[in-house]
Amino acid sequence: MIALALILVPLAAAAVAFVVPSDRMRPLVLPAAASVHLALTAEDLAGLAPVRPGVWLQLDALGGVVLGLVSLLFAIAALYAPGYLRVRIDRPNRVLCACLLAFLSAETLLVLSQHLGLMWVAVEATTLATAPLIYFNRNPRSIEATWKYLMIASVGIALALLGSLFLAYAAHLGGGPSSLLFRSLLESAGGFSRPWLRAGFVVLLVGYGTKMGLAPLHTWKPDVYGEAPGMVGALLAGGLTSCAFLALLRVYRIVNAAGEGDFARRLLVALGLLSMAVAAVLMVRQRDVKRMLAYSSVEHMGILVLGVGLGGVGLTGSILHTINNGLTKSILFLAAGNIHRAFRSKSLDDVSGAIVRLPLSGGLFLAGFFAITGSPPFAPFVSMFAILNAAVASGRWVVATLYVVLLAAVFLGMGATVLAAVQGRPSREALETPYSDNIRKTGPILVSMALVLLLGLWIPEPLRNLLAGAAAGFEVAP
Amino acid sequence: MGNAALHLFVVLAAAPFLLGVIGRTKAAFAGRSGPSLLQPYHDLVRLFRKGSVLSRTTTGIFLAGPALAFAAPVAASLLVPFGGSGAPVSFTGDLVLFAYLFALSRFFTAAAALDTGSAFEGMGAAREVSFACLAEPTLFFGLLAVARITGALSLSTMLAHPLSSGWLRSGASIVLVVAAWFVVLLAENSRIPFDDPNTHLELTMIHEVMVLDHAGPSFGLVLWGAAVKLFVTGAVLVRIVMPFGSQSPWLSALVFLGGMVLLAVLIGIVESVMARIRLVGVPQLLVTACLLSAFGLLLLVRSAP
Amino acid sequence: MYLADLLLVVAILMNFLALGAREMRVCIRAAALQGAVLSILPLLVHRDPGVNALLMAAGAAAMKGILIPTLLQKAMRDVHVAHEVEPYVGFVPSLFLAGIGTALAILFADRLPLAPEHVGSLIVPASLATLFSGFLLMTTRRKAIMQVVGYLLLENGVYVFGLLLIEAMSFLVEVGVLLDLLVAIFIMGIVLNHIRREFSSLDTEQLAGLRE
Repeated sequence: MIALALILVPLAAAAVAFVVPSDRMRPLVLPAAASVHLALTAEDLAGLAPVRPGVWLQLDALGGVVLGLVSLLFAIAALYAPGYLRVRIDRPNRVLCACLLAFLSAETLLVLSQHLGLMWVAVEATTLATAPLIYFNRNPRSIEATWKYLMIASVGIALALLGSLFLAYAAHLGGGPSSLLFRSLLESAGGFSRPWLRAGFVVLLVGYGTKMGLAPLHTWKPDVYGEAPGMVGALLAGGLTSCAFLALLRVYRIVNAAGEGDFARRLLVALGLLSMAVAAVLMVRQRDVKRMLAYSSVEHMGILVLGVGLGGVGLTGSILHTINNGLTKSILFLAAGNIHRAFRSKSLDDVSGAIVRLPLSGGLFLAGFFAITGSPPFAPFVSMFAILNAAVASGRWVVATLYVVLLAAVFLGMGATVLAAVQGRPSREALETPYSDNIRKTGPILVSMALVLLLGLWIPEPLRNLLAGAAAGFEVAP
Repeated sequence: MGNAALHLFVVLAAAPFLLGVIGRTKAAFAGRSGPSLLQPYHDLVRLFRKGSVLSRTTTGIFLAGPALAFAAPVAASLLVPFGGSGAPVSFTGDLVLFAYLFALSRFFTAAAALDTGSAFEGMGAAREVSFACLAEPTLFFGLLAVARITGALSLSTMLAHPLSSGWLRSGASIVLVVAAWFVVLLAENSRIPFDDPNTHLELTMIHEVMVLDHAGPSFGLVLWGAAVKLFVTGAVLVRIVMPFGSQSPWLSALVFLGGMVLLAVLIGIVESVMARIRLVGVPQLLVTACLLSAFGLLLLVRSAP
Repeated sequence: MYLADLLLVVAILMNFLALGAREMRVCIRAAALQGAVLSILPLLVHRDPGVNALLMAAGAAAMKGILIPTLLQKAMRDVHVAHEVEPYVGFVPSLFLAGIGTALAILFADRLPLAPEHVGSLIVPASLATLFSGFLLMTTRRKAIMQVVGYLLLENGVYVFGLLLIEAMSFLVEVGVLLDLLVAIFIMGIVLNHIRREFSSLDTEQLAGLRE
């Protein structure tokens, strides 16, 4: 029941947002729906139970981590939205608000679905719901970004469907489970046809990897994150990619249970390191603040799959890092959005002295940079360190060295851009723009910042249990 | 011997009739009454009555062109069964000879065109041979496919009974081959949409441009040879589509000739409803035909018994 | 099974047609015919087609054969520019590539481990060949509409593979997949419209403002 409510509440709110006539009133639907969703999520998390057989929609521990993140991120963005849309009152926001809520519904469906096919449908639905969000600014660059996103993501998702079919066929050849529910797939995984299983995993990795933005399938990311509003960027980089990662994890779990875990992990480590390397290279001398954030997202997707590929502590670290990365990305994207508004540009050609022009947003942006690059005491440090730990503990020194070197390279590359934007003196034009920080536009960022700091210093007991439960699902009985 | 004589007589006599049928069909489509069905015969007679002029720059090759253009198709016709009776000449592997007889005639036609030393005719020769490069694989893929279906390597057994059961087992392949061959038939016989047999002074012509310098009896031979070529290539197609044979040779012959007339009408219809395609489009269409027959063959190789 | 294979041959021929056609109209029709033909297939492949399968086939045929092509035709007609395909890779090379791809798909499919009831069927080769053609169309054509057509072919290829699992797939999921495809094309249509308004053309060359 509660699962259905979680999906239907945002959908109903989307319908409401669509019929509200006033551009000023409409954004208020967002925080209302977000608070209900957050409450329902908390309720569902409190009553977490093992997945029952034959159930299509239910929250499990792994889903719980992602659903919590998605709901929280949406709440933060929803708090931010009314203030932001007040600044952008010149643009009609009907489609934006409705699609944001539809997107939340699709994400929730994705997280809750316990069926291979249904999950795919949900992933496709998230793509379709987000495409109109990117086109909010209605200029040639944003339409180009939307088109690229639609095309690349659609192909990726078509491949993911093919991969799902391969997986199902592997199951079919292995005697055939009763259904494509994850539970029955996991139970009968031992007998799957190995060639089809491997092919299925590779194709699914390409498919959902495209959605996550793993290199070399990341090409849509800088364009989309660069052109979408900061708020949308936060939801994409924090929520959508985490959902895609969840989809990949679910598939990985089946492959692992079928005894092809080593094969999958090798691929994940390779792709993870490649993503980090590509991001590190492309981040150097990046003049565009938002595009830089996109490459940071590519890097962190790489870290996520690398952690899974290393296994053990790395897996737990990756699951925790999903939360940490998501929250930190919301700080960066929302602060970058504010800076973008104040300077009317997101290029280093025009942006400098952000901390003078916008002390709070600029400061948060700088702090967010330190957080995302893994500096203590922020939360990402904990999860990124856990992944390093996993590499060292398993004696994979080459991987560990590469990981540290690439992190350092990213720190330097990203630092050059961030410091150039934050320090210095703002131009006269920038000082004359009407934009100013206020609590509606910085409050939500401060909430994220508080959470990131909190998680960096102390992981509460319920979250610890949830993480342990999520990681336990991957253990294979010998 | 009598069989062979009858065979040759049918080929030589009936071939121009097909041209007449095509002409009549086109006329009917255009709403004209059109020339008589026997007009091609009158044309041939007229040409053979005329004298001819030979350029001083030409050599014997120039005359070998028309001779081979006539002789090769006629020789090829001896390999093809016309229904009613088998082919007069038949041996294992004669399908290769069949294909290369046409190549031989093409070679001499092109050589004769080059022999005139005219740039215009040379252009036609270049076009003819380059398109032939694309048409020949189609022919061979198709021959291989039919050989595979029937398990025979000579035309007279390939185009007989076993094919009827082949239609049931691998109809898709045969349809593909027939479609591809029909395209090649149009291209090889310089029909629309590849070439327009009615025009003579266009820069876009392919075949006709090569035979511009021939006149009188030698041009008559070229025309008659072209008609025979159409008849022979058409006969192969008709035999594939209608591989029936009945007890009575007369009935079989009647069915076969009926099929030939239908084919001529079909060509007429194609010529009426289609426009000539641009020269750059010709290779594309031929490649498509080639792909079709290759695909048909591939399907057969796969479903190996 | 024989009839199913015949229809799959038609589907493969539609790949060639879509790749070889000079006019966008023809490409769209090829994709439409392919979609319609493939929609009927489940009825032939399924051992015991019920009402659900019948509804599904009818829905898919109406959508892929009529609705989506009409949307695309309309998008094309609204744009008053040349209706030529304008490929990056010429028609003859694309056809050659498709031919080679199809041949490889047929040869490769024979080596895959298949359930006994699927051995010798054209389903896997047709699926792979259609996927390949879709990719080719998406990457080698300049017009944005043609990329949508390529995407349709890609989806058709995946759909064909789904025939192997026809009895294992849930009806609900199939409906979901179909709906997603429809909405995807619909949104692509809207974006196409915006592209046209913004650039007054559908040439993807115009969409090259964002780069490093």
